[in-house]
Amino acid sequence: MSKRTVELHWGKHHQNYVDGLNKQLATSMFYGYTLEELIKEGYNNGNPLPEYNNAAQVWNHHFFWESMQPESGGSPEGGVLQQIEKDFGSFTNFREEFICSALSLLGSGWVWLVLKREERKLSVVCTRNAISPLALGDIPIMNLDLWEHAYYLDYKDDRRMYVTNFIDHLVSWHTVTLRMMRGEAFVNLGEPNIPVA
Amino acid sequence: MNDVADDESASDAETEENADANGDTVDALESSDPDEVGPVTWIEQQPLPYPSDALEPYISKETVEQHWGIHQHIHVERLNGMIGGSEWEGMSLGQMMLSSFNEGREAPHPPFFHAAQIWNHDFYWRSMQPGGGSKPSERLLKFIKRDFGSYDGMIQQFMDAALTQFGSGWVWLSYKGSKLPHVNSRSPIPSDNYGRLVISKTPNAINPLVWGHSPLLAIDVWEHAYYLDYEDRRADYVSTFLEKLLSWETVESRLKKAVIRAIERDGHVSRKHVRKQLLAQGKSRIRARPQQANENARGQTSSQEKPLGV
Repeated sequence: MSKRTVELHWGKHHQNYVDGLNKQLATSMFYGYTLEELIKEGYNNGNPLPEYNNAAQVWNHHFFWESMQPESGGSPEGGVLQQIEKDFGSFTNFREEFICSALSLLGSGWVWLVLKREERKLSVVCTRNAISPLALGDIPIMNLDLWEHAYYLDYKDDRRMYVTNFIDHLVSWHTVTLRMMRGEAFVNLGEPNIPVA
Repeated sequence: MNDVADDESASDAETEENADANGDTVDALESSDPDEVGPVTWIEQQPLPYPSDALEPYISKETVEQHWGIHQHIHVERLNGMIGGSEWEGMSLGQMMLSSFNEGREAPHPPFFHAAQIWNHDFYWRSMQPGGGSKPSERLLKFIKRDFGSYDGMIQQFMDAALTQFGSGWVWLSYKGSKLPHVNSRSPIPSDNYGRLVISKTPNAINPLVWGHSPLLAIDVWEHAYYLDYEDRRADYVSTFLEKLLSWETVESRLKKAVIRAIERDGHVSRKHVRKQLLAQGKSRIRARPQQANENARGQTSSQEKPLGV
């Protein structure tokens, strides 16, 4: 991911969302809400309010920058790897599914690794435009920006190369581990421990 | 209040002048006619109407080659890969697009995205010309003033639509005939029943054809269209498009066809023509001119010309 892309992406796109949101909040009833609250309330069960797009994009981009780390990628270790193997079969399967999912998205959006609350497992989801799994009730673990502004300067139309490079070289498994640990406080991933009487 | 007769009579005048000059009115520069019902084997991409560096310095050669050569080409390949052996095989592009839309109530069928993007892009390339921009003709300005208040008002509305389209999409200026979608009747609200120009923005691959409008011009506001040249400055891209690249001649010729298409499709007779008809009938009792009355009733040009368009 080139310097110019990051400068533009973080400095202009992300900044514009922040400025836009602040401008909206100045006269909105959502003034004083935290970002997460803005996303959940703003989503309005599928009929998003005007503040939703800016708030979600600010949150999504922040999450995205933290999901990456220079010279990282490869495969995770320990608990995360175990959980991935349990839910996807193998790390290779997960990687394939992630890439396929990213390529199947039409238009702008994001691809996520989420921890689903109901099903109590990890899953790969795609969302359009600015929709966030937070609004849908799940716990995001890692994401990738599939809006064209994220990769067009570096890869032009080759989305596959962009996603492959992300998963092989940029994704930060340390952050993923931290987020999984926090997620486990909300979702019980282990088998129930039924004591034998 | 103006009614559709204004558009009809204006187009009548023009077509009388031009019908003989342009014997073949299927303009090679036009994008594929969405009403065309031809058997086709595989969808092909229409060639660019100008060389790939013709739009410099506003849209670079690199962008055009990438956008037309690779991006649009991928859509063609994917579409051809999808339709083999399916119900869509053999349909023309426009037919495929309209029938796979699934009427918007549910998600469109898979070929829609690619078919629509191919059509949209063809339309977009033909909406531009090297050395375009400048002002529309007087006739077109008249319609713009009628429907948007002023030329600047239209530009402002267009820019607003382009800048507020969140995510990927297109912005269109189209001619909305009087037909209500999916219903073959007239609206009880009189102001619904005349053709007028509208500006609309659409997400992803949707275009106003599926709503029954006739598009006159399109601008691609997917980020791939402007990112290499303008990075994130969408406003600059749109204003440059409007000032330097847009081909008002194409818009005007599309408007003529759109009016004809709307008349033929709706088949209704406007009040002005009914009046003409009654007057002519009245006169014809004095001097026999029955032909005139029939021509006016159909809203077509005079009997010498073939109707243009489809």
